[in-house]
Amino acid sequence: MPVMSYIQAVTQALHEEMERDEKVFVLGEDVGKRGGVFRATDGLYDKFGEARVIDTPLAESAIAGVGIGAAMYGMRPVAEMQFADFIMPAVNQIISEAAKTRYRSNNDWNVPMTIRAPYGGGVHGALYHSQSVESVFANQPGLKIVMPSTPYDVKGLLKAAIRDDDPVLFFEHKRAYRLIKGEVPEDDYTLPIGKADVKREGSDITVITYGLCVHFALQAAEKLAEEGIDAHILDLRTVYPLDQEAIIEAAKKTGKVLLITEDNKEGSIIGEVSAIVSENCLFDLDAPVKRLAGPDVPSMPYSPPMEKYFMMNPDKVEKAMRDLAEF
Amino acid sequence: MTENRHQKLGLSDEEVLDMYRTMLLARRIDERMWLLNRSGKIPFVISCQGQEAAQVGASYALDREQDYVAPYYRDMGVVLSFGMTAKDLMLSGFAKAEDPNSGGRQMPGHFGQKSNRIITGSSPVTTQVPHAVGFALAAKMEKKNFVSLVTLGEGSSNQGDFHEGLNFAGVHKLPVIVMVENNKYAISVPLEKQLACEKVSDRAIGYGMPGYTVDGNDPLAVYEAVKGAADRARNGEGPTLIETVSYRLTPHSSDDDDRTYREREEVEEAKKKDALVTFKAYLQEVGVLTEDKDKELEDEMKSLINEATDYAEQAPYAEAESALKYVYAEDE
Repeated sequence: MPVMSYIQAVTQALHEEMERDEKVFVLGEDVGKRGGVFRATDGLYDKFGEARVIDTPLAESAIAGVGIGAAMYGMRPVAEMQFADFIMPAVNQIISEAAKTRYRSNNDWNVPMTIRAPYGGGVHGALYHSQSVESVFANQPGLKIVMPSTPYDVKGLLKAAIRDDDPVLFFEHKRAYRLIKGEVPEDDYTLPIGKADVKREGSDITVITYGLCVHFALQAAEKLAEEGIDAHILDLRTVYPLDQEAIIEAAKKTGKVLLITEDNKEGSIIGEVSAIVSENCLFDLDAPVKRLAGPDVPSMPYSPPMEKYFMMNPDKVEKAMRDLAEF
Repeated sequence: MTENRHQKLGLSDEEVLDMYRTMLLARRIDERMWLLNRSGKIPFVISCQGQEAAQVGASYALDREQDYVAPYYRDMGVVLSFGMTAKDLMLSGFAKAEDPNSGGRQMPGHFGQKSNRIITGSSPVTTQVPHAVGFALAAKMEKKNFVSLVTLGEGSSNQGDFHEGLNFAGVHKLPVIVMVENNKYAISVPLEKQLACEKVSDRAIGYGMPGYTVDGNDPLAVYEAVKGAADRARNGEGPTLIETVSYRLTPHSSDDDDRTYREREEVEEAKKKDALVTFKAYLQEVGVLTEDKDKELEDEMKSLINEATDYAEQAPYAEAESALKYVYAEDE
C-alpha cells in the first residue's frame, strides 16, 4: 500500500472525486494555477482546467455563497478557505444559509457542498494563521464538521464529504500536512462521517481527541506503555455532530477520561464531550473527567516561546495522561 | 392618443393584460394579508405594495420555464409570475404544513419553491446575491441556457455580499441579472443616508458590467431593461445591474409604524404614481382594458383570494414533532 503525506491524501481525494463526477469542482483563492498556497490542489488545474478549478476573487463570503448557489443547483463544489482563520467573512453564508437551507425549505432545497480549510498551530503562523475555529460552527445543526488525523482518514472522509448531500466543513491540520504520513489504499473508499475511530486499544485510561493531537496521544501512549500504563485512544474524526455512542463506550471502557484539544479550553468541542460522558457514565468513572487544552487567550502568539507555551505537544499530553493514570 | 408601447416591445395585448392581472393579484393578496394581520389571524406581513410593476415586468422578461429567481422578501410579484399561487401564499401566511415555501417554518415573504425554480431565501439580507451568481456559474459550467435573476432592496446594496457577488459575476462573466428594487427606504432610513452615489446603478462600473436605472412604476420599462439583460446574459456577455425606482407604499412590515419617520404627504404623492393606477390607465388608453374587464378581474381576484384564505385558515399545521425533521438528509 502506498505511503503518502496527509496533504497528498487531500489532493488524491480531490483528484479522484473530480474524475468520478463532473459536477465536482474546486473554487478558492490561489487554488488554480498555483495549486493552493499549501499545494493541496496541486495538478488539478492542469488536469481539469480553469473552468473546474476556479481561482476566485479574494472574497470569502462569495467563495462560500457562490458555492452554495451552485450546490443548490446540483453541483458539488469543494471550496477552499486559504486559512481557517479567514473563514470569518463567510460565517453568515455558512451559518445562515448553508446550515439552514434544507431545514428552512422543508427539505425542498439542499446544499451538497464541502468547505476545506487548514487550521491549527505550531507553524509560526501567529494569531491569524494558527487558529482552531471548529467551535464557532459546532452548535449549528445542519452542518457537519470533519477533522481527520491520518492520511487514510483524510482520503476516505474527504470523499465522503464531497458525496454528502449536506454541507460539510472539512478542517485539515496544516502542521499535519507534511509531518504526518501513512498508508493510503489506491482504491476508491469512503469512511462514514459521524463515526469516531479507536486508534489504540487500551485498558487503563481513555484519551478522546481529534486532529494532530491524536498523534501526540499515540506517541505518549507508547512511552507510557513502557511504564505499564495502557491507553485507549478514541479519535473523534467528526466533531459535529458527535458520535455519542463511541464516546460513551470509550469512557466506560477505562473509567478514566482525558479530553484533549489544541483549541482554547472554554467553549471548545471537548466541553461537549465532557457533558456526554458526565450525563451517561457517572457510575463507570474512577476519576474526574480531565480536559487538556490551549489557554483562554485569543490565539497563539508569533514569538517561539509563547507559541510553544500555547501549543499542544507530546510532553504536555504524556504528563496529563500519566497524572490521570495515577489518580 | 396614447402610444402603444407594448407592441413595440413585442408584447401582445394578452401578455400585458396578464402582467396587469399578476400585479393586481399581488396587491390584493398583500392587502388581504394586512387585514388578516390586523384582525389577529396571522402574526406578520411584509409588503410588495409599490413594487409590483418592477417585479412583474422583470419576471415576464425572463423564460419562466427555465430561468431561476432568487427573490427577496417583498417579491410577491416575482413568485406569482413564476408559478406560486394565492393559495400557496396564504398557506405561508398562516404557517400551515402545505406551505410550499417552508411548510410553515419560515415567516411569510421567505420564498422558495424548487419546482418553480424559486431559490429559498432567509432573513439576513443580500445573502441571495452570491447564490444567484452560483446558479449562473452552474449554467456556464453545465453549458445551459438559463439565466438567474436576483432581487434586493437598495439598502441591501450596501452589504458586502452585494460587492462580493457582483464582482465575482463580473470577473467570470456570468449570466446573472441583479435587480435592485429601490423603494427609497431601508425600514426608516432614507436613500440619502444609505448611498453616497446618486444611483445604485452607478455602482455597476466597479464590477465591469452595465448599470441601468429605470422607472420601477413602469412595468414596460422594467421589462425592456431585463429583457435586454437576459439576452446579453444568454449571449455570454455577462451580468447586468438594474435599478428600478419606485416607492414603498406601506410601512416596512406589520410591526413598523412609518408615521414615525416620514410625512403622510410624501406617501400620498407617491400613490399618484402607483403602477396599479398608472398601468391600468395605460391599458385603458390603448384599449386593452375596459371598465367591464377590470371589474371582472377584480371579482376574479376577490373570489380567488377568499377561497385561498378559507383553505389556508382551515388547513392543518405540521405536527409539532416534525420540527425535528430535515436537519440533514433523511431516508424517507
